Amino acid sequence: MPRTLFDKIWDFHLVGQRADGRDLLYIDRHVLHELHAHHAFTQLGKQGRPIPRPDLTFAVQDHTVATKAGRNDDTNPSGTAFLRAMREGTRKNGIKLFDIDDPDQGISHVVAPELGIVLPGATHAVPDSHASTVGGLGALAFGCGTSEMTHILATQVIAMKKPKRMRARLDGGLGAHVSAKDVALRLIAELGVAGARGHVVEYAGSAVRGMPIEQRMTLCNLNIEMGGRSGFVAPDETTFKWLAGRPYLPQGAEWDRALAHWRTLATDDDASFDREVTLDCGALEPQITWGTDPSQVVGISGRVPEPAALDASRRAAAEGAFAYMDLKPGTPLAGLPVNRVFIGSCTNARLPDLEVAAAVVRGRKVADGVVALVVPGSSTVKRQAEAKGLDRVFREAGFAWGESGCSMCAGGNGDRGEPGERCVSTTNRNFENRQGPKVRTHLASPATAAATAIVGRIADVRQLARGAA
Amino acid sequence: MQPFTRHTAVAAPLLKDDMNTDQIAPVLHSRGLKEDYKAMLFYRARRRDDGSEDPDFVLNKPQFRNAGILVTGNNFGAGSSRESAVWSMIANDIRVIVAKSFADIYRENCLQNGVLPVVLAPEDADAFIARVVKVNGDGPFTVDLVSQRISGPGGPDIAFEIAAADRTRLLEGLDDIGLTLKHMGDIKQWEERAAAAQPWLQTARDARQQQGGAS
Repeated sequence: MPRTLFDKIWDFHLVGQRADGRDLLYIDRHVLHELHAHHAFTQLGKQGRPIPRPDLTFAVQDHTVATKAGRNDDTNPSGTAFLRAMREGTRKNGIKLFDIDDPDQGISHVVAPELGIVLPGATHAVPDSHASTVGGLGALAFGCGTSEMTHILATQVIAMKKPKRMRARLDGGLGAHVSAKDVALRLIAELGVAGARGHVVEYAGSAVRGMPIEQRMTLCNLNIEMGGRSGFVAPDETTFKWLAGRPYLPQGAEWDRALAHWRTLATDDDASFDREVTLDCGALEPQITWGTDPSQVVGISGRVPEPAALDASRRAAAEGAFAYMDLKPGTPLAGLPVNRVFIGSCTNARLPDLEVAAAVVRGRKVADGVVALVVPGSSTVKRQAEAKGLDRVFREAGFAWGESGCSMCAGGNGDRGEPGERCVSTTNRNFENRQGPKVRTHLASPATAAATAIVGRIADVRQLARGAA
Repeated sequence: MQPFTRHTAVAAPLLKDDMNTDQIAPVLHSRGLKEDYKAMLFYRARRRDDGSEDPDFVLNKPQFRNAGILVTGNNFGAGSSRESAVWSMIANDIRVIVAKSFADIYRENCLQNGVLPVVLAPEDADAFIARVVKVNGDGPFTVDLVSQRISGPGGPDIAFEIAAADRTRLLEGLDDIGLTLKHMGDIKQWEERAAAAQPWLQTARDARQQQGGAS
């Protein structure tokens, strides 16, 4: 019987079925972060339960780390206890920690791929809803809660019912200055914030095949914003080329053997999905959110929608969003004055994201009154960017250049906006109060965020690039 | 885990779709390892801009202050995987959430903590919401997981469906890890098979250290 790639990965990793009917799925790689891991260490310690596979488990400090130069445990006082508990818990349990001062430190979803901890066809879990970012390399990744994380630590399996199969076929060539972020926002706008609930999404089609790995990761990162349980792109030569030489991958003859297997990882031609959706990306313009959930999206030349134009089920949420965002229906997005721009997060802080933003910023100045911050997704990305002089480009333009971490995505490290500020952000959630109380967040691509910082108003990067803004 | 059999409490209507975990359990600026989950629940929604209590928020209304059943719309618990969004319910004695649908991770987090997530069909949900609004806290509802029924003022009993496995787990308060540990033999066998078929899955070593140091 023809199978999807999701079926194949699932079937291979199926350990058995529990008495209560749940499947036990083996987790090949488990990556922890400091915000939640301490609960598990404490609980397992109390129960006297060992962690059988610390060698397949990794840990990062990302959610609470300060981004200021010369940072330490105390730079963000509300993070200190978390950082120390993580250090202690990983030491006791023999788990490799990429600590605050480690050259490999960074956001888990950025660090695990760049070190080769993520493998095509492997299963992966992180106690964070953006776990499926690493699906960009063809891994099946699950975000999980604290109890599930504790369960995986104690057993190396996750107990779950098999989700349904969904394929999102994204076709067409992306226009200039249009990227995976714009594609993902458009898809979420079309399907809604619960559009993929209960499903594992395989992203396919010519637009996806044409994306470099970093953009595939952006696409898979936003899978949870339409409610998907996981999301991935089947690996191809782009994937293998990107992976080659990364330190935690199999080496030598074992690499050859792995590669031969990875080349077989694909959905069978006549496999069926529970649901199929398509999106033509050929005519897509840069996208931006206007509201307070990631489905409230328009093209950069668009306007805040009239309630009458919205599906009835979306009107109540829209009314609340108009008030919170201080926007009236019919207002054009482009031209709205902004106070703050943030380029960073597991969504858009890999090296090519920063290169795209730097190309927009180069030789220009951040508009007066705009606070602009770039936070690389990992310390490795930061070093690579500095080697290319990108930090200088950003700093000379008036951006602040931070140490790696989650930073303003959820403000867990104290990097936040001020009440009432309008912020264009390359992150994944525009929820109310997320980037600080009363902060009004607009999600967009790094290119759009960079152009906005320069213009001081929400900007169409294509116009800025043509010198017309 | 605390078993769940039945829960009798006032039902509060929170008439919104897509309530996300940032709303349910906001990340507060100053925090520590031991957080105040009771205060965390809807921390911002409960307050006006000046920090004072918002009398219009449903759980601040006198008749709903001790509500133990939350009745809400579609896709409840969207957003982050933070389990504090369920712990904060328990800290406020809310042990049942009746919704049109739940976000996947949030629903799982409920099951892990002995909170009953009840999904009603859209028409049943609409009727129940209308009833809860009309009852307006005047008398408790009972949600019985044994009989899979909701009873209370203002109408007949309502039957609800839940997967048998999820029901058993809540009724018995099963130790989830304990259940899986019975399969440690299967897990070890799987590891042996994987080590032969795809050995790279069973080792994760930093090649830089292997090159640099003694093996």
